[in-house]
Amino acid sequence: MTRSGRLAGVGAVVRRRLLVAVPVLAATSVGMFALGAASPVDPAKQYAGAAAFTASEENLAQLRANWGVDDPLPVQYLRWISNLAQGDLGWSTSRHEPVASVLAARAGWTLLLIGVALALVLVASLLLGALAAYRRGGLFDRALRAAAYAVQSMPVFWLGLAAIAVFALALGWLPAGGLTDVTATSTSWSDVAHHLILPVGVLAVSQAPWFVLFVRDAVAESMRDDHVLAARARGLPGRTVLFGHALRTALLPFLTLVGTHLPELVGGAVLVETVFSLPGLGAVTVAAALGSDFPLLAAITLVTTAVVLAANLATDLAYAAADPRVRLDG
Amino acid sequence: MTRMRPTFRRLVASTAAAGMFVLAGCSAPAIPDGSSGGATLVVATSDEPDALNPVLNYGVDGASLIFDGLVSRDDDNRLVAGLATALPELSPDGRTVTAKLRDGVQFHDGTALTAQDVVFTYQAVLDPTVDSTLRSDLDMVESVTAPDAATVVFRLRYPYAPFLQRLTLGIVPAKLLSGQDINTAGFNRKPIGTGPYRVDSWTPGDRLVLTANERYFGGRPKNNRVVVAFVADDNVRAQRMRAGEFDAAELPPKLASGFDADATYRVQRVPTADYRGVMLPTGNPVLADPAIRRALSLAVDRAAMVTGLLGGAGEPAFGPIPPTSEFADPSIIGKPTADPTAAGAVLDAAGWTSGPGGVRVKDGRPARFTLMYPASDTLRKDLALAVTADAKKVGIAVTPAGLTWDAIDPRMKSDALLMGYGTPYDPDFVSYKLFGSTFAGQGYFNPGSYRSEVTDRALQEGRDQIDPTLRKAAYAQFQKQLAADVPWLFLTYLRHTYVLKSSVQGVAPRVEAHEHGVANSLWWNIDTWTRS
Repeated sequence: MTRSGRLAGVGAVVRRRLLVAVPVLAATSVGMFALGAASPVDPAKQYAGAAAFTASEENLAQLRANWGVDDPLPVQYLRWISNLAQGDLGWSTSRHEPVASVLAARAGWTLLLIGVALALVLVASLLLGALAAYRRGGLFDRALRAAAYAVQSMPVFWLGLAAIAVFALALGWLPAGGLTDVTATSTSWSDVAHHLILPVGVLAVSQAPWFVLFVRDAVAESMRDDHVLAARARGLPGRTVLFGHALRTALLPFLTLVGTHLPELVGGAVLVETVFSLPGLGAVTVAAALGSDFPLLAAITLVTTAVVLAANLATDLAYAAADPRVRLDG
Repeated sequence: MTRMRPTFRRLVASTAAAGMFVLAGCSAPAIPDGSSGGATLVVATSDEPDALNPVLNYGVDGASLIFDGLVSRDDDNRLVAGLATALPELSPDGRTVTAKLRDGVQFHDGTALTAQDVVFTYQAVLDPTVDSTLRSDLDMVESVTAPDAATVVFRLRYPYAPFLQRLTLGIVPAKLLSGQDINTAGFNRKPIGTGPYRVDSWTPGDRLVLTANERYFGGRPKNNRVVVAFVADDNVRAQRMRAGEFDAAELPPKLASGFDADATYRVQRVPTADYRGVMLPTGNPVLADPAIRRALSLAVDRAAMVTGLLGGAGEPAFGPIPPTSEFADPSIIGKPTADPTAAGAVLDAAGWTSGPGGVRVKDGRPARFTLMYPASDTLRKDLALAVTADAKKVGIAVTPAGLTWDAIDPRMKSDALLMGYGTPYDPDFVSYKLFGSTFAGQGYFNPGSYRSEVTDRALQEGRDQIDPTLRKAAYAQFQKQLAADVPWLFLTYLRHTYVLKSSVQGVAPRVEAHEHGVANSLWWNIDTWTRS
């Protein structure tokens, strides 16, 4: 069967998934508001900070009235939805600026961090995992597994601080944090790239063990499959068998793993952003959650949900492309 | 289908290269800019403002770098003229203040400052649709008017002796904000003030870049640029300080002391009015007994808390007025170390006799109470545990409970709470609401419902009387009454600790308030800092 034939149902699948996505997103946003209503945190006190101790109850009540946070939940929700329909994501009470501009200023950096780290993890884990599986129990395999277990047991936070201690303080090769040089007069790409090497590296290294060990096991498994044994029996060179036959079979479950591991990567990114003082979404998400900043939380939750749904769709499409047995009819 | 057929050798080489990229990246050394020029100064703090607008609580106590108030404060926190030509005076009835504006002061955009800007600023704070918590501090203002372009008149609802202290609020240009929704104005991100620095750029979560205001009425700043880096995590801030990125950084005492031995750095431990203590609610049947409260005050080892928990960066506290204040009454200062014998004697005399498990009992009620603290605050946790240990030695059982504020709030009437606040500027500011009986049980104002006629009268005197001698006498009375009633168990005053590069000159620490970030930190006078 040709590739175009295999992906014939793409349009229908995408349409069907979009139809499903609407109720999922609606349910997520309702759940978000319901959780917010159950939260005992007072956004006015959070906003006031230390001034909450000197601000009168009347003063705080005025703030709540200005924001409409005392209105009944359905009223707040309908207001939010109708604003959303007009393209207005609302006002972030914790950041004190429109939600859209919070996202615009910060989402890019988080996506860049996650995107580059993910690409790095994928390439490195496929190469290293396959190599380790090829000589199972060999020196490289044992060293790689030991390293993977060691890294797996290190908290991201610790790994980040250790990386700063070595590469920024002891060796002085890389900056210890920030997005640009702290005295820079403009944001140049080379400066940003220089500053992102450590955070991307730390995030990639911290997430890699899972992927490396998975690829190693999957490839080792498929080295014993009939078609791989047959390929070997035909006398094909080792590398052809490894990358052409064994790794290709192992790729399928790996795609699923990438999809399910995405939330973990996001969690790691939040910590990495903290350690390297990057102005991404991580810190504001935490502040929004602690400060009951519903509009910002809702927007971040919706964006995340949309990304996960899109990732699932992409995984399924990739599956169909990679495995001739899978049809896009479900 | 095309298929990559790399040789193993090539594969290993490219893997190694990828690894090198991850680990080393480009090996160009990161030399911090301006380490010799002195043109740019970089400071780091964890405390990032929500908005750079004084109306929305940015730098209301002055020293905001971007704005000026009618008055400002010198090295000793004494009021001096700011945008006003001279220190304004309170009328004899304590209800009218007239300020004359300096000539020729310009905002960063070149427009002239007029009395209308001052009127607009204060009216904006008082407008209920503006999200300002400063309104609570200015509720004495009845009206603010501008009889002419260089005169501002404040009329107060009631006599308020420390009113001049409230005139440090930065003045914003009326022209740029009137008719706009101040809560959402773009001004809050890119403000225009009269101060020594103009805002060049602000990347929230990253840094604030300020450039010198050539036309500053107080003289051009001695440096061209100031960068405030926002680094929320203490350890990260310390590491970046060590990497040479910052000229000054605020760090917790224990991290700061790591720089003590290094001659390239200087550690400043700045006295503050920021106290920590235990609020003892009268609604708790055990804590309602003054003997228990007095015994606790004798039993705690404040000196050990300062050395053990604060790394020496603090002073024992015996009342809400810091020892550095001219209003501090020396007679209330007790023994900094624990005196369990005296505490035991107080308890014995009040009828608290030793009971089962070493816990004292009176009328069948064990001397037991819960001490709450905000769980996220490690210092308050440490202090709560220290109080628990000290109280145990005199037969009082304390149960520490780390909670979130929303869990603490409903319990403040009956459970003790580790609280902290304090401002060095005037004893009226926090204490009037914290210890006045009219505020009993109102949220964070007097949550323990402490009631004393003597205290009420003294606090009112301090507010009503303009004569400094009478005020001093009133606050002496206030402090003595608190020391006798012990509505709070005062523990320590903190010192804010900063690490500086030794090359930085012109630093003049002054007593700091609880709140310190971009504004009102060690760098309050950074416009006069230089690098040798």
